[in-house]
Amino acid sequence: MTAISSTGPAAFLGRHEGLRGRLPGAQLPWVEALRDRSAAAFRAQGFPTRRVEAWKYTDLAVVNASVFGEPLTAVDDALALPPAAGPRAVFIDGRFRADLSALEGLPFTVENLASALPRLESRLGALARPEEQSLAALNGMLFEDGLVVTVPESVEAGVLELFSFATESERAPAFHPRHLVRLGAGASLTLVETAAGPATARYLHNPVFEIEVAEGARMNHGRLQQEGRDAFFLSTVYARVQAGGTYDNFTMNAGSRLARNEIHVALCGPKAECHMNGVQLLADGQHADTTTALDHAAPDCSSRQTYKTVLSGKSRGVFQGKILVRQIAQKTDGYQMNQALLLSPDAEIDSKPQLEIYADDVKCSHGATVGELDAEQIFFLRSRGIPLEQAKAILVEAFLTEAVEAVADEAIRDALSRAVTGWWQRQGIQGGIEAA
Amino acid sequence: MLKIENLHATVDGKQILNGLNLTIPSGEIHAIMGPNGSGKSTLSYVLAGREGYEVTEGSVTFGEVDLLAMEPEERAVAGVFLAFQAPVELPGVGNANFLRTALNAVRRAKGEAEIDAIQFLKLARARMKVLNMPDDMLKRPVNVGFSGGEKKRNEMLQMALLSPKLALLDETDSGLDIDALKLVSDTVNSLRGPDFSALVITHYQRLLTHIVPDRVHVLSAGRIVKSGGPELAHELEASGYGAIQDAAA
Ligand SMILES: Nc1ncnc2c1ncn2[C@@H]1O[C@H](COP(=O)(O)OP(=O)(O)OP(=O)(O)O)[C@@H](O)[C@H]1O
Ligand SMILES: [Mg+2]
Repeated sequence: MTAISSTGPAAFLGRHEGLRGRLPGAQLPWVEALRDRSAAAFRAQGFPTRRVEAWKYTDLAVVNASVFGEPLTAVDDALALPPAAGPRAVFIDGRFRADLSALEGLPFTVENLASALPRLESRLGALARPEEQSLAALNGMLFEDGLVVTVPESVEAGVLELFSFATESERAPAFHPRHLVRLGAGASLTLVETAAGPATARYLHNPVFEIEVAEGARMNHGRLQQEGRDAFFLSTVYARVQAGGTYDNFTMNAGSRLARNEIHVALCGPKAECHMNGVQLLADGQHADTTTALDHAAPDCSSRQTYKTVLSGKSRGVFQGKILVRQIAQKTDGYQMNQALLLSPDAEIDSKPQLEIYADDVKCSHGATVGELDAEQIFFLRSRGIPLEQAKAILVEAFLTEAVEAVADEAIRDALSRAVTGWWQRQGIQGGIEAA
Repeated sequence: MLKIENLHATVDGKQILNGLNLTIPSGEIHAIMGPNGSGKSTLSYVLAGREGYEVTEGSVTFGEVDLLAMEPEERAVAGVFLAFQAPVELPGVGNANFLRTALNAVRRAKGEAEIDAIQFLKLARARMKVLNMPDDMLKRPVNVGFSGGEKKRNEMLQMALLSPKLALLDETDSGLDIDALKLVSDTVNSLRGPDFSALVITHYQRLLTHIVPDRVHVLSAGRIVKSGGPELAHELEASGYGAIQDAAA
């Protein structure tokens, strides 16, 4: 008997071998082929080291060295969730829970990947690039479930919530959901995603999204990452937008010990649009990385990115933003802004904008700022009777405002404000600004 | 109300206040005039508790308490209000939210009931009317894009809402047009009473025709070098500081 490595790529590759016949889709040759191709890609790349350019500032050594297990939640484990306010899909440890979800009577289709798999040959893997993104390879090899949303042409789907919870477990589960979203021409959807878990449990959440936005369709994608403080959240989003369509992503990174929020968007038809905004709120011991790659592959498209990172304690933030403007993409309008606020001398931010422009008639700008709270502003607020901690909270909120206000969708904006307030409370800071 | 004795203060190691003595009894308004760089703003910052302004000697008593031992927010709660010579901008902070937060912070600290959003708007609108400020200034971020005079009026709005016991007005008149000068003076005069005193820093006698001071002091090189009644302001306007500085030297 050969020893099976308990950590690193070998452990995951071993799991794939061991589960071969039991993973969803095992009887489907195309799924089998996809998993094998992904396994080969993951074997070749492993967990990227910092020598890989795209991972220069984020070290996965700690993930590489961790022992992970299978999620063991039983399908009938009782879980106390607040009643659904609207349509929602709930995943526990990466697996769909119909009993906790509320998906009846929708004018569009919501399924779980494990059940819908036989019908997904043309969709699953259409956008993900396992040969380039090692974590997508890991996901492609071991995915078990996920959300599959299909919005027919011209249907306004409204708001759908996606909850992903991890349960308390000694086994440090690793789960790799694959979510597929497809919007028909002129359709619209707001997907509000919350990822959370127990405060102290170790787990790996490695979701991959493949999102297709057809002509004139609009997808608002709000993501609130509030994983437990010992969790690893490694997420890769692929979106493809056709002519006149819009993909609007807002991501809040507030939880987890180590977070990577990687987004690849391709604007493939004229007048397609992409907004990517986000905030990262980091406390002592946290590392969060937002990496975006925008591919302007058609003329007359525009993209807007505003990311804000607030860092306290010994935390580290990373922003990498690549904008590729292909030769065909004349009249591209690209904007990227990355700002960080350091609340502690031990915090660190790394920022790497990257413009690659092959068209000659384009408007592209990017900027980055790093600063601390302004002493004069703090004194001004205190001189009006506002206690020091509250004054700081107000100024941090103000710093985040621009990114939050850039969020077009009200449901996402509200969820975000609540999440930001919750974050403050967890930092022990009471009350920012009072609304008047 | 306010008693400053032998106050010495440094900024970044530079001596600015050099043994300043000044007493403002309750109910009185005093004016301070003096050349550029003589330490007027420094005095107001020391009184409001700004970081970096180090008191090396002397004392400041406010009512019965040692003002210098208090944090800036505690001084505000106790009733000290500084209208800044150059008010800062707060991008991303709505003016109305800011005003209500400040008002409630002070009320909470005093054990008073908080003001809800509706009551607040009523209160704020009434005060803004007196200052001839358009309603939309509540919605805008604090001081962002405000003209010089609008910023000063916004300072007066804050003062009116917080109704302090001691107002320190640092050149609130500079940048104001003639009508605004009158409105701002009206706001200050409306607070006048036995429990209100003010220290009005100005370069111009004109303000003092609207806000008639009980006493006028001349600050030079970090000390009060001359004091008198309202007529002193007229004398200074006519003769400048030269003669006084020469006499004091
Ligand atoms: N941080 C600092 N470091 C060194 N010197 C300073 C600093 N801040 C203020 N000063 C100096 O202190 C002196 C007093 O400044 P202050 O602002 O109090 O003058 P002022 O009387 O208010 O003048 P004005 O009439 O122009 O407003 C000036 O010479 C100024 O340059
Ligand atoms: Mg001054």
